[in-house]
Amino acid sequence: MTVKCLTGEYPITMMDSVDRFHGNQLVYVGWDYHTSICTANAYPLPPDMPFGALTEAVLPSVLGPHPDFPKIQWDKVEWLLDGQAFTPDMSKSLKDNGVGHKSLIRFKTPGLDGYKGTGN
Amino acid sequence: MAKKLNMRKRYELLTRGLGWEPTYQAKEKVFSNESYEGIKITDWSKWEDPFRLTADAYWKYQAEKDKKLYAVMDSFAQNNAHLNLSDGSYVNALKLFIQGVSPLEYQAHRGFARLARQFSGEGAQIACQMQSIDELRHAQTQIHTISHYNKHFNGMHDPFHMHDRVWYLSVPKSYFDDAKSAGPFEFITSVSFAFEYVLTNLLFVPFMSGAAFNGDMATVTFGFSAQSDESRHMTLGLEIIKFLVEQHEDNLPIIQGWIDKHFWRAYRVLGLVSMMQDYMLPESPMSWKEAWDIYFVENSGALFNDLARYGLRMPKHHEVATAEAEHLSHQVWGIFYNYIHAAAFNIGLPTEAKMNWLSEKYPNTFDKYYRPRIEMWREMEAQGKRFFNMGLPQLCQVCQIPMGFTEVSKNDPMQIAYRVSEFNGEKFHTCSDGCKDIFDHEPEKYVHAWLPVHQIFQGNCGGAEIPDILNWYHFKPEDGGDYKGSADEARWKAMKGEASPATSQSNAAA
Repeated sequence: MTVKCLTGEYPITMMDSVDRFHGNQLVYVGWDYHTSICTANAYPLPPDMPFGALTEAVLPSVLGPHPDFPKIQWDKVEWLLDGQAFTPDMSKSLKDNGVGHKSLIRFKTPGLDGYKGTGN
Repeated sequence: MAKKLNMRKRYELLTRGLGWEPTYQAKEKVFSNESYEGIKITDWSKWEDPFRLTADAYWKYQAEKDKKLYAVMDSFAQNNAHLNLSDGSYVNALKLFIQGVSPLEYQAHRGFARLARQFSGEGAQIACQMQSIDELRHAQTQIHTISHYNKHFNGMHDPFHMHDRVWYLSVPKSYFDDAKSAGPFEFITSVSFAFEYVLTNLLFVPFMSGAAFNGDMATVTFGFSAQSDESRHMTLGLEIIKFLVEQHEDNLPIIQGWIDKHFWRAYRVLGLVSMMQDYMLPESPMSWKEAWDIYFVENSGALFNDLARYGLRMPKHHEVATAEAEHLSHQVWGIFYNYIHAAAFNIGLPTEAKMNWLSEKYPNTFDKYYRPRIEMWREMEAQGKRFFNMGLPQLCQVCQIPMGFTEVSKNDPMQIAYRVSEFNGEKFHTCSDGCKDIFDHEPEKYVHAWLPVHQIFQGNCGGAEIPDILNWYHFKPEDGGDYKGSADEARWKAMKGEASPATSQSNAAA
């Protein structure tokens, strides 16, 4: 369905196209069953950044305060990239792992289901 | 001497007499917005204004109401009546109101002014003109009433500037922008029907009864002063729907689509009200769930039963909204607990008494899901590690709320709901089936969303650091954060003659 408009064709401006992010791409990362961190967070990241930098440097800055965070065994984490199960190669870049602009990365930490197992 | 005319005759002379057939311009050029949405009007004279209010009667009523309201406001100010509030923290509900709601009144004023110009039926023109003036008056009386609080509390100094820029105010703003940038018939279906008729009680009753319960007689008075206007607007909303559906059978699917869309959009905006109702009022008259059950499930259920004979049904996804009623306020408040350092009002962890009230009002959800969260945060606060979310949230492309809503309808209430669409080679994330449907229907429109988080990353919001952004919002450092330890709390205690923590410490030292 296209937008009905008064005259001519409805103009399209891609407000969040990748070229507007100064060489970065947007990546969203959410930690399943840890809803005390209220949403997945949005990060502007260089596409050439190694995936490993996500778990070592980026995520701790936001998720670090959660009591479950220090207990995460990263080799046991289950990952979803844009809805599909995947196994990231930590040494390869985001781009080479298939992480694109506005990709959503979700991860589950089996055995760690939030504060007292309540999903918080 | 001319005989005095009865109301109906006067009304007819003062409205229908205003219409004329243009002679030197084509009618479709004069009323250029009337046909492009696909709505077919065969006979505008079938429009029945239920109030038949003439301009002179309108001025008279409104002037009387204003006189009363301003007398109350004067005496409120002279008597420093803000000192009668249940607690200083109550004022945070007013901050949310002046930042989030009053600018919508102004937007409604502009929207109805356009309708008054663009509808070719005189009855509709007059009704929209009066509503446009009502909405302007509401914005003004709210600003005047709340300006008294602005003398004593933070966060109320620049609401219109904030409304255009701030991440959480983009939620109400984008809803109205969506309606205003649509055609006139969609606008009136959205604002007069989906919002004013179906959901307005869920906005005004919580704020006004909250005000009454917490000793805020000034706000109660502007609420009363607006109430007779609101009931006129609600009736207009219902009339327009019936009129449009009766005009032509082709209108029905278009109208139903708009009801579906704008119900969901308006419902998402009301998430802010649910938080206010359940977490921000020191004394709560009614929970969000109770209000939803009465005003939506019962009242709107009855309304749509009546509308069934016109072929209209309940808005799509209404059952999701009803299922979410036991979760909504907790989830929205949780978002603000994460980000209160970037807001222009204060909140805080609920007291034990409030937690017990929440347990009682939410027997299926609070103790199981949300009390543990609050206990965890309380433990962290006690260890001096108050949790703030130092990242920026993923936002829904449509409602613009941080994507914190969960899969309540799929019986997985601690799993965040994620929906995604593709358009023009790019991904667009939405928080729910309701928002995804809206996106997928008109993706070209929603790719234009000015999403506050993405705009920050693009460098359009005053800088990269939180203080730069807050400065660009016109927030002052003391406007946000927890109520406990806030400048407002200290001022409230000083006004009430109670020692603030800082003074009691210095007294102890002395």
